Amino acid sequence: MRVFLMHPDRDFNVTQKLPFNEAALTEDLELNILFNAMALGDEFLFKVVRQAIFASLDAPEAIRYRQEILKDCLKNPSIVRKIYRIPIESIENKRRRWMGIFSSQPSGILSGAVQMLEMFVVLLRKLKRIADEHADGFESPGFKRFFAMIQQELSDDYFAVVENHLKMLKFHDGVLISAELGNGNEGTNYILRKTNHDHRNWLKRVLARKSPSYSYTLHPRDDAGARALGELRDRGVNLVANAVAQSADHIDSFFNMLRLELAFYIGCLNLSERLDQLGEPIVFPEPAPASERQHSFTGLYDVALALTMKQKVVGNDVNADGKDLAMITGANQGGKSTFLRSIGLAQLMMQCGMFVPAESFRANVCSGLFTHYKREEDATMTSGKFDEELGRMSAIVDNITPNSMVLFNESFAATNEREGSEIARQIVSALLEKRVKVFFVTHLYELAQSFHAQGMDNAIFLRADRQEDGRRTYKLIEAPPLKTSYGVDAYNKIFGERK
Amino acid sequence: MTFHSILFDKNDIQKETVEQPEFFTDLNLDQVIDAITKRKKDYNLKPFFYTPLRDIETIYYRHEVMRDMEDAALMAPIKAFAEKMIIVRRYLGLVEKLDSHHHKQGWFLEAALIYCDAVTDLACDLSLANLKSRGFLAFREYVTNYVHSHVFQALQKEAQKVKNGLSNVKYSVIIQEGRFSVRGYEDEADYSVEVEKTFEKFKQGAVKDYRLDLYKGSGMSHIEAKILEFVALLFPAPFAALDQFCANHSQFVDETIRIFDREIQFYVAYLEFIAEIKSKGLPFCYPQVGASREVFDYDGFDLALAHALIFTEKPVICNDFFLKGAERIIVVSGPNQGGKTTFARAFGQLHYLASLGCPVPGREARLFLFDQIFTHFERQEDIRNLRGKLEDDLTRIHDILARITPNSILILNEIFASTTLQDAVFLSKEIMAKVMEVDLLCVWVTFIDELSTLSEKTVSMVSTVVPENPAMRTFKIVRRSADGLAYALSLAEKHRLTYKQIKERITS
Repeated sequence: MRVFLMHPDRDFNVTQKLPFNEAALTEDLELNILFNAMALGDEFLFKVVRQAIFASLDAPEAIRYRQEILKDCLKNPSIVRKIYRIPIESIENKRRRWMGIFSSQPSGILSGAVQMLEMFVVLLRKLKRIADEHADGFESPGFKRFFAMIQQELSDDYFAVVENHLKMLKFHDGVLISAELGNGNEGTNYILRKTNHDHRNWLKRVLARKSPSYSYTLHPRDDAGARALGELRDRGVNLVANAVAQSADHIDSFFNMLRLELAFYIGCLNLSERLDQLGEPIVFPEPAPASERQHSFTGLYDVALALTMKQKVVGNDVNADGKDLAMITGANQGGKSTFLRSIGLAQLMMQCGMFVPAESFRANVCSGLFTHYKREEDATMTSGKFDEELGRMSAIVDNITPNSMVLFNESFAATNEREGSEIARQIVSALLEKRVKVFFVTHLYELAQSFHAQGMDNAIFLRADRQEDGRRTYKLIEAPPLKTSYGVDAYNKIFGERK
Repeated sequence: MTFHSILFDKNDIQKETVEQPEFFTDLNLDQVIDAITKRKKDYNLKPFFYTPLRDIETIYYRHEVMRDMEDAALMAPIKAFAEKMIIVRRYLGLVEKLDSHHHKQGWFLEAALIYCDAVTDLACDLSLANLKSRGFLAFREYVTNYVHSHVFQALQKEAQKVKNGLSNVKYSVIIQEGRFSVRGYEDEADYSVEVEKTFEKFKQGAVKDYRLDLYKGSGMSHIEAKILEFVALLFPAPFAALDQFCANHSQFVDETIRIFDREIQFYVAYLEFIAEIKSKGLPFCYPQVGASREVFDYDGFDLALAHALIFTEKPVICNDFFLKGAERIIVVSGPNQGGKTTFARAFGQLHYLASLGCPVPGREARLFLFDQIFTHFERQEDIRNLRGKLEDDLTRIHDILARITPNSILILNEIFASTTLQDAVFLSKEIMAKVMEVDLLCVWVTFIDELSTLSEKTVSMVSTVVPENPAMRTFKIVRRSADGLAYALSLAEKHRLTYKQIKERITS
């Protein structure tokens, strides 16, 4: 029995290695704001949504599999939350009743495991009931498969067999164990054999057979002997104790997996409810294969900004289909960084199967997302600022593959404009030739102009809008780079208008 | 060729030394040898590492064996053999400690089985190996003959037969409160399997293994001994055969095999030790060893330091040195913390390791076959020593100068640091004159620059700094200073971020 709500054919791997740049992504895209809005203070939810968002899917079908399930969740939020309660109940039961398989003796393991199984059977029955009552309201292949599996595997007959075993495993009449001579003539391969419990006197019958047998009765004060005999019995039940304990563990991990895979959707439900309160739109994006170049959207907004400001924020419309390079220039505080972040956030959200913050959104998936933002001066004094920027870039090059996407935010400006532009130009050119998609926010006019002058079909130039009077609209327009970034505006604002 | 030993091409030389050589701690060779032998304590390998060779032939004899051993196709079977021999010794040790008759004999049989296995596999693997060394070729001949000998063949066949008989025994124990019975096994079904099957549908990948390892040390309880006794009564024939086997083969380990098993670990230990260091990209080579004083080593390094840094990101800096013509004395000066001591240690280590017949740090090397190594390193003041520090230094140096020969190697590190500069210059020059007169190889770390230009026998080497940032050490020791590089674009080049470099780095 497998949950398979995150992937159609495998478990969600919560220990999958995160991308090497997860710290940079978290910082640059303000991901903790997103995680917190999904987790609502629940550490477990936080951990799972973080993992799901970083472990991007790269096949459009895999993304659509989750999108379908998420649509079911948005349609049946209370039933989904009710299923999510079952594994949580198991955890609470274990804690409250001190349950667990802790013993260092097989007999102790056995009794602990039997007790645990008895508790699980109650919860499995509960899950079965929900499946029986509500399966019809779900349409996604993921949920349909899940409910069908519960109904098929957990039949009433099955529950009867399980309960019979739980009774037999108490071994009231002694144990029959087979063995062989192992290394050094020591007994080995102790196997517990099945006896017929329908007849109470199985033992008498066994011993009454013609085959020769030798018996030994311990002296009543032979404590060491009694202990040794107990150990031998333990060896006999060792395997069955293991089988029972592992079964308990498997059911336990089934519940854990159920909790884990539903947690992602619970996080999505939390976020959608919050965005709904803010009046912000969400939409299920159309993922295109990695080899294509698509990026077109309307009303794409920065979800981190909306969650922080607690209000609706400005969205952007861009059609960058067929483009490998988007060069973004223009006014200071004109929404360039916000735009860049909304690109990164939407990409991650799309590639984990979520809805995206936009009115419409279509983009190709990318095989890796990288951010290269300018940073504060390195506090450790081990390297100069420019050196540090190049070091981070080199780490990205170590990890990048074709069809990845890099978001640059004012990179390589820590040296003079000529050198910075030249180095950036070389880096971007090489990335483009290696089929890497690049979004580059920059004040380096020489850099932006060097690409603009080439008249490339696969590049788009966006500029933060500024009206004649210097006011910002926070909207980006398609326009060639300009020599000034209107820093004088900021100067004027602070030092007062000059004639 | 008759096989003597895998470590020695002849029999008439000193093979082992119990005492650690004096200079070991100064050169940090104690750390190196500790690390090499740490996982091989049972073999007692240190006496081999404490015994430098004086004969070039024996050094090359070891080079040949070492080169053969560098082939994983040989190393793997040698290790497999060693592991089995460890088990043989452990089982035989066990036999000494046990009481129950059938139990003792049982372990004796296991030891014999594994020994046969170990030797047969070794002979077979060696016959397939591409051996070139005189040592291994002779040993292969020996072991092949041994495996085909009547003694060995009989041992193997009999052991296997007895074991088969015992393995076929299958019995049942019925346990109740305070009582048990033993009888033959009668095909009852496995209950664990049935339970497993019932819960199979919940399988979610790996879970904890609750099977407890219930075997507690060696030995049986009297209950188990009693059961074994009953089993022997139920199945008398296989136990009679075991009795006969033990009587026939009381001493089955061959003496030459036993010695080989220990000696070959000299190579295994050294190669395992340097493998970790090689994996960090540091080179090793087989040096030319001989009487030439025109020694050199390119990209050598301090082995103790390299070992200490294995689990860190810190790079190990390699250095070159060479002596030509009349040059005998390397005078190392320059900024502190710049790798001078490390360089001096490496010089000594290289020569010592070469004298053991081992590959040494470096890409290519020619090293001198010395008679003795002498070191004088700055030491902590010793309260029990009534002389002052300077006097103490002088006494030790006097003692060394009395013993050096033209074939010795001398390494001096910051001596006379505890006196005035004037005194230090005077004393150093006096000692330098004596050293030059004897004409031996010497590395002299000092803060006194003028020592480096005293004669055509001295060579100056200096520790260096980064030109743009004199506070940064390169740990490079060079004959002359390096050139700086231009800044911004060279930084990009350093990070391999030019257009061309990136295109090469991103693989499609």
